[in-house]
Amino acid sequence: MHIKKYLFIIFIFFFVLINKAFTIEPEIFVQSTVNRASSILTKDIDKSKKIEELKLIAEETVDIKGIGLYTLGAARKTLSEEQKITYNKLFKNYFLKSFSSRLAEYTNPEINVNGKEILNNNYTIVNSTLKATKDRPEIKIDWRIYTKKPDDPRIRDLIIEGLSLARTQKEEFSSILTSNNGDINSLFKVLEDFSQN
Amino acid sequence: MIKKLLIIIITTITLTFSASASSDGELLLKKNDPKEVKDCFEKINRATFGFNQVLDGVIFKPVASVYKKLPSPVKSGVSNSLDNLSNLVTIPNNILQGELSMAGVNTGRFLINSTVGVLGIFDVAQHLGMIEYVKEDYGQSLAKAGFGPGCYIVLPVLGPSTARDTVASTVNFFGGDAWYNVTVRNETQHFSDIDYYSSKVTGGVDFRAKNYDSIENLEKNSLDFYASVKSLYLQDRQQKILNSNTVINTQDDSDWEEIQN
Repeated sequence: MHIKKYLFIIFIFFFVLINKAFTIEPEIFVQSTVNRASSILTKDIDKSKKIEELKLIAEETVDIKGIGLYTLGAARKTLSEEQKITYNKLFKNYFLKSFSSRLAEYTNPEINVNGKEILNNNYTIVNSTLKATKDRPEIKIDWRIYTKKPDDPRIRDLIIEGLSLARTQKEEFSSILTSNNGDINSLFKVLEDFSQN
Repeated sequence: MIKKLLIIIITTITLTFSASASSDGELLLKKNDPKEVKDCFEKINRATFGFNQVLDGVIFKPVASVYKKLPSPVKSGVSNSLDNLSNLVTIPNNILQGELSMAGVNTGRFLINSTVGVLGIFDVAQHLGMIEYVKEDYGQSLAKAGFGPGCYIVLPVLGPSTARDTVASTVNFFGGDAWYNVTVRNETQHFSDIDYYSSKVTGGVDFRAKNYDSIENLEKNSLDFYASVKSLYLQDRQQKILNSNTVINTQDDSDWEEIQN
């Protein structure tokens, strides 16, 4: 009986320990992602090479599929399976191109993580600041981190000085759909054109 | 006189259109939810936006690119004096919003920076430990009083706005802005019209220069630049009205909760 009890306690202890060991704290995840991006941006390599390396980081750390679904708004509920597959592919290409080319404009960005705010089990907001340079003031950047899988947190949004990039993109997509009578193919075409140009 | 008439006409048209455009049971002027801001005049707005982009390319962008290269102390001096002048609109709005202690702080800030800070060039108040300056305007005061934004409007030269903010900004021309009063409205020995208008143009150039790279980047990577600017403007107004840039206060989470991977 005692042995059973001991085994049970040991099992629980290891379960908690293992679970804890694989949990990545969102603020550490953000700081390490920023450091990785920063090391690429300071490298003495050409811009296209930087963009390729930044794309790899984005694929590992950003929930591109989740952002894509959010960005699509209510339209995501009416897509067929085939359209969803097409959209996910087009959005990924669009996102990686747009995200990495925006980031590649920065040289040696210095970002310091200041704290976090746990919204619920699925989301934590990590607060950080982009250090001022002679050309621009200090910028406050909040990161919406999807923490449903604590061992694999993912970035879902960047909120720069209170302005959400995902929300801006969502309203942009909505505008394209509205001006084309809700035709999803017109959005597909715009995304395709952007990625190819 | 013509200027006054124009202001009255613009105000009347804006109010009339905003009220009739939202006559589907939702009187948007009474709402205060930025998600509900309707683009009632989208075609006209897009045309005005295009005109503003041309104007930006011809005037503001080239001037801002030169201004950007000025030494940092010069740029921060200009920026500080413009902020200092804006206290003259912020203070009455602090009072209108019931923030009397903030009105006191900003009055102190204005007096210190205008004198010791040499006409606001140096932000001495900040060095003395005064809390960070937050601009307020008549649009924000109307919003705090419960007035909804009405329709989204793109104004020629001035850019994005809403019906509420456009109407509210006319208060500046009827005594609500002491800087306007001493430069344009009343004849004074020390200031003239040109001081007011040059401060406004400089403010535009300063804003363009501060956001030079961000605007270029946004334009280059936007699928619909007009929609992006509209979204950013409305998000910015929302957080200014709420006086908060805390995500849980300004961003709606409901849609995020639906996205599960």
